[in-house]
Amino acid sequence: MAETITLNVNGTDRAVKASPDRMLLWVLRDELGLTGSKYGCGEGQCGACTVLVDGSPRRSCITRLSSVAGKRLTTIEGLAQNGELHPLQQAFIDEDALQCGYCTPGMIVAGAGLLMKKPDPTVDEILDSMQGNVCRCGTYNRIVKAIQRAAKAMKEARP
Amino acid sequence: MTDDKRLETILEPERYELSAGPLYCFELDRREFFQLMGCGLAVFCLTPRAEGAETIDERSFAAGQRQPAQIAAWLHIGEDGVISVYTGKAEIGQNIRTSLAQALADELPAPFDSIRMVMADTRLTPYDAGTFGSQTTPRMSPILRKAGAAAREALIQLAAERWGTGAKDLKAEDGKITGPGSKSISYGELTKGKQLMESIAGDPEMKQSSDWAVSGRSIPKVGACEFVTGEHRYASDHALPGMLIGKVLRPAFLGASLKSADLSAAQAMEGVTAVQDGDFIGVAAPDLPTAEAALLAIKAEWTRPDSISSKELYSHLVSTAGRSDGAKESGSLETGFSAAAHTLEAEYTIAYIAHTPLEPRAALAVWQDGGLMVWTGSQRPFGVQEELQRAFRLPPEKVHVIVPDTGSGYGGKHTGEAAVEAARLAKAAGAPVKVIWTRTEEFSWAYVRPAGVIRIKGGVAEDGSVAAWEAHNYNSGSSGLRPMYEFPNQSNVFHRCDSPLRQGSYRGLAATANHFARESFIDELAHAAGMDPLAFRLKNMRDERFIGVLTAAAERFGWKESKSTPERGFGLAAGFEKNSYVATCAEIEIDKNKKRVRVVRVVEAFDCGPVINPDHLNNQIEGMILMGIGGALFESIEFANGNLTNGRLSQYPVPRFKDAPAIETVLMNTQGIYPAGAGETPIVGIAPAIANAIFSSTGKRIRSMPIQPELFA
Ligand code: FES
Ligand code: FES
Repeated sequence: MAETITLNVNGTDRAVKASPDRMLLWVLRDELGLTGSKYGCGEGQCGACTVLVDGSPRRSCITRLSSVAGKRLTTIEGLAQNGELHPLQQAFIDEDALQCGYCTPGMIVAGAGLLMKKPDPTVDEILDSMQGNVCRCGTYNRIVKAIQRAAKAMKEARP
Repeated sequence: MTDDKRLETILEPERYELSAGPLYCFELDRREFFQLMGCGLAVFCLTPRAEGAETIDERSFAAGQRQPAQIAAWLHIGEDGVISVYTGKAEIGQNIRTSLAQALADELPAPFDSIRMVMADTRLTPYDAGTFGSQTTPRMSPILRKAGAAAREALIQLAAERWGTGAKDLKAEDGKITGPGSKSISYGELTKGKQLMESIAGDPEMKQSSDWAVSGRSIPKVGACEFVTGEHRYASDHALPGMLIGKVLRPAFLGASLKSADLSAAQAMEGVTAVQDGDFIGVAAPDLPTAEAALLAIKAEWTRPDSISSKELYSHLVSTAGRSDGAKESGSLETGFSAAAHTLEAEYTIAYIAHTPLEPRAALAVWQDGGLMVWTGSQRPFGVQEELQRAFRLPPEKVHVIVPDTGSGYGGKHTGEAAVEAARLAKAAGAPVKVIWTRTEEFSWAYVRPAGVIRIKGGVAEDGSVAAWEAHNYNSGSSGLRPMYEFPNQSNVFHRCDSPLRQGSYRGLAATANHFARESFIDELAHAAGMDPLAFRLKNMRDERFIGVLTAAAERFGWKESKSTPERGFGLAAGFEKNSYVATCAEIEIDKNKKRVRVVRVVEAFDCGPVINPDHLNNQIEGMILMGIGGALFESIEFANGNLTNGRLSQYPVPRFKDAPAIETVLMNTQGIYPAGAGETPIVGIAPAIANAIFSSTGKRIRSMPIQPELFA
């Protein structure tokens, strides 16, 4: 049965009327109009739907609404701050780390989640944490470089 | 009315007339056209009608198509200096939105940022057969260059008239015409208040690649910012007020037809429209859970067609071989084989694989005023339009297909299933309907890359030259079947077979399979002749560019110094397809415990002529190596009892981060010719290079794609 559930998305409380069993991805896309998170597989295998829940990457296609009520959600739409791209978004552009771009939001959100936990990840740490994200266009090496580049930029920006 | 809407009402009937012949180009209502576009200069590029079809599959798509209109593309230079280019090609990640604009920027010449590409919209852009076959760069790009050249000449003429000078003394550069005495005027200023139309059918002279200033540079992807912020709207992201979510009931078995269905329970659900039309059954509902529930409530019985399983696939293909399309024998096989010191025969198999574009098929359809408007992801906007016309018996002007930049295709999005489904449901529901295929639907109901069996017999003379070559391809296709090597006596035949699965185009199509077999077999011949695989290939090559890529790749890779061990192997392969040359060297590691081959390092040299955007080209090559690794090592669609048995992403592995080798590319950047397309050929070398590397390390010759299952069987 539909209930009114309050979600905190990108810093704003949003009330949605939906069944608590519904998957977060489709609520974001169909009810809140946040279509930056993509559907790629619906079974947690591709990462196109990745969002941050209290700062940790989660597959929104297999995340029930009930499990995120009251938690802090960040989607790709919430990464840029005050009109400035997140350093990882900029790094994706600089490294040309995309082709069709369909995996890109999920990649960037997953990468941003990693950088929050590990501001200076090793290549192995990047590979381990990104292994669940698929880019069919095959831009993996560039994405690794983009994450390293963003890590460097963020380090330099820190006082 | 929005501008685009006004434009389409004006252009559509005119374009229809235009298909009668180029003369009518001037019948466009000039005043209305310029009212809409603003004053300025418009250049229409007329085209000879025939658009090349790439493969058997595309040729059959092309059959029954309406005649392509005579306009291939057009551009408009406005008073504000904005240059709008209209082409029916679609952007699917190959970055033609960038490369086509680069071509035009060179030719005019104009600042890159002043160019706006309007693409893949059946009302706004001229007819285009489709974005496939690596045709955009060799075909569309020169058309735009010629339009640019014609516009440049017209602008120079305008300036000459204005200044009363000779055109000879004037120069076009960076959006301006300049002349003696530091005279200068921008294109926009020149066209102010003017309504100029040009049409070009001839051959205005294009700049040589050595004179390119914008092409040849790594201009960043146009619109990259919208992609990294999630702002870009793919077809699946579009929405309309009152939109419903559509779902289609899929048959219980591949190829099944409907025996009976009871939709009453679904129809009784609130807000649900359930439709049956022939074998089509679908529902539209206000939200996804309701649509899914409605689908579950439908009871349907399906026939169960006879089917085979993937285990029987290869014998099935060979046993159903029918008509063959053979290149004629050149030279004499008989003479060749009798001169051979070693004669070998081998059979290679190639599995079906799925394109698995990360954006599955999706469409949003709405009916208004008896017409149909559809947003969908596709490589063939006009092909989808035709499918919709046929499905709903509509004239072209009643069907408007819009293709937003699409979440890739790789040859997998030539058809308009989701568009037809969404349109059928929207018609029944009387509301806009969006259909997004699930990943499992995409696996089962899209089409797959053809499977195949390839048999080759070859003979080598004492000196290492290939004296005879006979190849037979069963089902997977003829592209790339004919070797680029200098074989005096050869025959290459493609046999059509019965395909148990629905099959269609793929990146490089059959060239991948044919190169896998050929380049593996060349290695086998080299081994039989006791020669190094590199030396053996070079011995049998005459074409300079072919030799060039192979030498360059081998050198950069350090082929001579590469010595195989039981855990580490080195292999190479060379290829030619769609007018471009490729050579791939691979280093692999074998992990016997994990039953895994890991590709550690790849060097690929590629020659597609002059490079338009080096970074984007590198990105394409790297991506194709990755995609090729999947088909080479582990991708394979399996089926039994009328269904796929691994049609989910959790069961069908695709290459991931840890599968990516270190990749180095060598871009040959050959000047003096027009560039070939680059989105396909670089995929053909990786599979045989890996198989050859495995042989060098283990002595085991794997003759199947994918390799891993057989290697560790
Ligand atoms: S859509 Fe969620 S992981 Fe693929
Ligand atoms: S850029 Fe196309 S899937 Fe990653």
